[in-house]
Amino acid sequence: MIDLAIDTRGLRKEYGAKVAVEDLTLTVSRGEVFGFLGPNGAGKTTSMKMLLGLVAPTAGSARVLGAPLGDRKARARMGFLPEHFHFQDWLTGREFLRFHGRLYGISAGPLGRRIEELLKQVDLLDAGERKLREYSKGMLQRIGLAQALLNEPDLVFLDEPTSGLDPLGRLLVRDMIVHMRARGTGVFLNSHLLSEVEVTCDRVAFVKRGAVVRQMALAEQGGGVDVEIRLGKTNAALLAGLSQFGRDVRVDQDRVRMKVKDEARLPEIARWLVGQGAAIYHLGAERKSLEALFLEVMGEDERPG
Amino acid sequence: MNGIITIAHLTLHEVRGRRVALAALILGVAFLAIFAIGFNYIYSDVTGATSPTSPIPRIQYDIALNFIVMAGLYAVNFLIVMMAVLTPIDTLSGDIRSGSIQTLVTKPIRRVEIVLGKWLAFWVILGVYLILMAGGVLLIVRVIANYTLPNAAQGMFFIFLEGTVLMTLSILGGTRLSTLANGVTVLGLFGLAFIGGWLEQIGAYNGNPTAQNFGIVASLFVPTEALWRLSAYYMQPPLVRDVPLTPFSIVSVPSVWMVAWAALYIVAALLIAVRLFNTRDL
Repeated sequence: MIDLAIDTRGLRKEYGAKVAVEDLTLTVSRGEVFGFLGPNGAGKTTSMKMLLGLVAPTAGSARVLGAPLGDRKARARMGFLPEHFHFQDWLTGREFLRFHGRLYGISAGPLGRRIEELLKQVDLLDAGERKLREYSKGMLQRIGLAQALLNEPDLVFLDEPTSGLDPLGRLLVRDMIVHMRARGTGVFLNSHLLSEVEVTCDRVAFVKRGAVVRQMALAEQGGGVDVEIRLGKTNAALLAGLSQFGRDVRVDQDRVRMKVKDEARLPEIARWLVGQGAAIYHLGAERKSLEALFLEVMGEDERPG
Repeated sequence: MNGIITIAHLTLHEVRGRRVALAALILGVAFLAIFAIGFNYIYSDVTGATSPTSPIPRIQYDIALNFIVMAGLYAVNFLIVMMAVLTPIDTLSGDIRSGSIQTLVTKPIRRVEIVLGKWLAFWVILGVYLILMAGGVLLIVRVIANYTLPNAAQGMFFIFLEGTVLMTLSILGGTRLSTLANGVTVLGLFGLAFIGGWLEQIGAYNGNPTAQNFGIVASLFVPTEALWRLSAYYMQPPLVRDVPLTPFSIVSVPSVWMVAWAALYIVAALLIAVRLFNTRDL
């Protein structure tokens, strides 16, 4: 229990007759980078807001960093970057960070040092004395990220942190997430940008119409590995023999395709084929892309949100 | 406590950063300048017409000066009402709408600290503004005419209480209403109290206790106009305040209990504001 950063059971949120989140049941380990995936309107932001204590759940229970939802002591160890943030734009970058740092209860000395450190990290040292109203969208996102890291949190919530950023900005956010993971900071990432989730996340949950439909570690990928083999000559006996290593063996033009459980099967297949006297021109494995997995999980009935 | 101070500081910073303070200050100085010039002319007319050879009776002179000062303070009272309602009108609703409240509420502070911090900041602003404006008027008449208003301190206190009631209502409304709806509601409540106050005075003047009581009930509902009348009652010499039916005439004197009621009212409004904000999804 104690090593869980987030542990929720059947969290539910209704707004009148509308159900925003039907059933949020998931666990996130400490120090894990967790991707929360789903189409727009699936309830991702509402879920995150419940975990942060911004929105009171209608039903269900949850613990975040071992404390009940909205616990003040736990909040001191969390950071948050909202999606549609609109910060106090009459403040300069440094003033903005100073006020937020004071709200975390950080005293002046360490706070000053922390601010300089973070400004450097998000590449805004030279913009620290400029007012936020003069910042570009990317700069705002970065100062927002710095704000979420002021207290060196154990768990950071990022709601679509790279939406609206240019490729360089995305890269910076991605690097920072990698950096956080290296420090042992857990990250709960709301996103529909799958390629970036694929690069940064340890585990993901798919949410569809307000319910978690699948949770998995990215390394294991429930769907297995697609194998593509090109042989000099195929025959029915070879194909039948291959099916002992996996399933869905089929011929696709000059290639044989099949699914196996994991990559460890590949050398076995190669050995067996050589033993059968087959000429191997190509033997490759391909992980299913997160995008393919996403479409598979969401199903064909899901329409663009 | 630390949270309250930080939020109050942030709010003061905002009032300055959004140039609200600057606008209020410039217009305040303009108001005082016009009052000083006007008062100077009227004063020289009064004293010129009644040169030392034919001094008008001291009492008549005092009444004339008091009337002018009260007119000035009536305008100040109106400005205080506007400041009290408008400066905090979108402090919560605006932050909620823009979402900037989310980064505040998720910090390790209580929501009550946000409400109280903002309230404290606007209370300080209101106090400073009252001191500058009313103090300016009193200073001008002192310097030009060497005239001192009776019971000015009590009078100021009641006006400050009146402003605090409206400012607290404005913050209370902001916990649930949009900025526009909040403004319409709070100014509407002020209007209700205003009419109630007149009803009470006219009813008392005409000897119609029903109208008078109706006015008193309105004042219990929103005690702002009653506080102004009380303030005016204290700051006028007895002869002037009996002149019926001016904005400062007091035929029916609001009970001093109205002060206790207003204080209680402010505390209750703040408690309700905290409760509504605490239970709100953001």
